[in-house]
Amino acid sequence: MFFLKEVKYKDILSIKKLHIPKNKITCIVGKSGSGKTTLLKLLNKMIPYDHGEIFYNHKLLNDVNSVELRRKVIMLPQVPAIFPGSIRENLLIGLKFSQKPFVGDSQLLNILETIHLNKDLEEDCKNLSGGEKQRVSLGRVLLLNPEVLLLDEPSSALDEDTEHIMIQSLVGYTKKHHKTMIMVTHSKRIVTHFADEIITIANTITKREV
Amino acid sequence: MDKVIDLQLYQIIASYIFIAILLFIVKIRGISREKEILISAVRMTLQLILTGYILVYLFNNTHPLYTIIILMIMEIFSIYNIFKRTKMKLSLSLKKIIAVSMLFGTLSSLVYFLLVVVHISPWYDPRYFIPIAGMLIGNSMTGISLGVTKLIDEMHSQKHLIESALMLGATPKMASKEIVDRSFDSAVLPTINSMLGIGIVFLPGMMTGQILSGISPLTAIKYQIAIMLGILGSVSLTVILFVQLGYKTFFNNDDQLIIDE
Ligand SMILES: Nc1ncnc2c1ncn2[C@@H]1O[C@H](COP(=O)(O)OP(=O)(O)OP(=O)(O)O)[C@@H](O)[C@H]1O
Ligand SMILES: [Mg+2]
Repeated sequence: MFFLKEVKYKDILSIKKLHIPKNKITCIVGKSGSGKTTLLKLLNKMIPYDHGEIFYNHKLLNDVNSVELRRKVIMLPQVPAIFPGSIRENLLIGLKFSQKPFVGDSQLLNILETIHLNKDLEEDCKNLSGGEKQRVSLGRVLLLNPEVLLLDEPSSALDEDTEHIMIQSLVGYTKKHHKTMIMVTHSKRIVTHFADEIITIANTITKREV
Repeated sequence: MDKVIDLQLYQIIASYIFIAILLFIVKIRGISREKEILISAVRMTLQLILTGYILVYLFNNTHPLYTIIILMIMEIFSIYNIFKRTKMKLSLSLKKIIAVSMLFGTLSSLVYFLLVVVHISPWYDPRYFIPIAGMLIGNSMTGISLGVTKLIDEMHSQKHLIESALMLGATPKMASKEIVDRSFDSAVLPTINSMLGIGIVFLPGMMTGQILSGISPLTAIKYQIAIMLGILGSVSLTVILFVQLGYKTFFNNDDQLIIDE
């Protein structure tokens, strides 16, 4: 799905060769500040790389329109983004940005179930807890039905149990709909339970299949 | 026309005495602003004396080239003033857009206003051209300054939301729409508010000036209505151009947000 060759980003990341497979759960691990977020941002063309080549489905990223790419390869930022408004508005805003048709409440309620958020659609987002905001922002990404999900620590603000249940339903969703998931996480449990592939970012980037 | 009271030198001095009293009060109250008050009063006096003589010369020696030179000086000074007034650092591309918006916005409003609305002839008649140009340019300058500050400020403070919108597949235009709208509002609202207060809360400077110089208030209000519409048009046009072009300077060709580079 993704193939990186001799990619350099400032003096933060330097990747000789890296392949990220389709229809798999790939976990990215590594110390804080090692460049995990930076790698995700390179994959959906949020930042320019100085050197090397990145391919998505055999196409060079330089030749792909950024906005079109980001509508297929959606990234969940590490810090959840909450726009002013209700949960419904926050879920729908992704569809607005991606210029996709809006969906009805029944589908929104399905999403709330997938992300295990037991809240009313009318509720104002600004009063939600950190973990709840994180899940709303994840739900918004799922609603867009992307080919690839780039998730930057999607469960960092959740307790272990909620984390497990939610990642499990995410993984279920990914497998069922033949999606590709690339997830940054600090949780060893998540990695051992769910990862098909592990990328460790250190001074040298290593990849391990599970 | 009624006889206009021409202020004599001693009358001007009397108004200075008024400021001297003010300075005295400021001093005993311990507000350390005497220097600023004094400097601004003296500067204002000198600038106006100079302007007065220049205008007298121009009115007696009308020439299209003179009018154009004065217009260009006003434009350049106002653009420079916007750069200076903005506290944040301006990128070169943003500076260019400010200059282009100012020039295009004010000049096209001015042409319409002078040639279509007031119908001056010859087209370069400095008696109309210069004061009206001054009002349009001055107000547009204030408007665009407010818009620039708001735009840069929000682009930085809302960086995370803009980035998140891009990650969700937004175009730069969609991602910055709210900010662009708010910048426009903050630039144009003062003009709109002053239109609401006009005639009730205060009499605008131009109208006051015309009335003081003996012109019927009815003539004065007609001019004032027209000039207010002209100002509103010029401010809006200038600011629309600026925000519509300006937000783009925060993104590159790959639709990436470039703020801290
Ligand atoms: N735009 C930038 N300019 C300069 N340095 C940057 C930029 N973005 C990130 N960095 C630096 O790059 C390094 C890697 O950042 P990154 O956010 O990718 O780390 P991370 O692995 O995601 O860390 P964490 O686990 O804490 O989220 C950090 O040292 C960071 O300070
Ligand atoms: Mg990170």
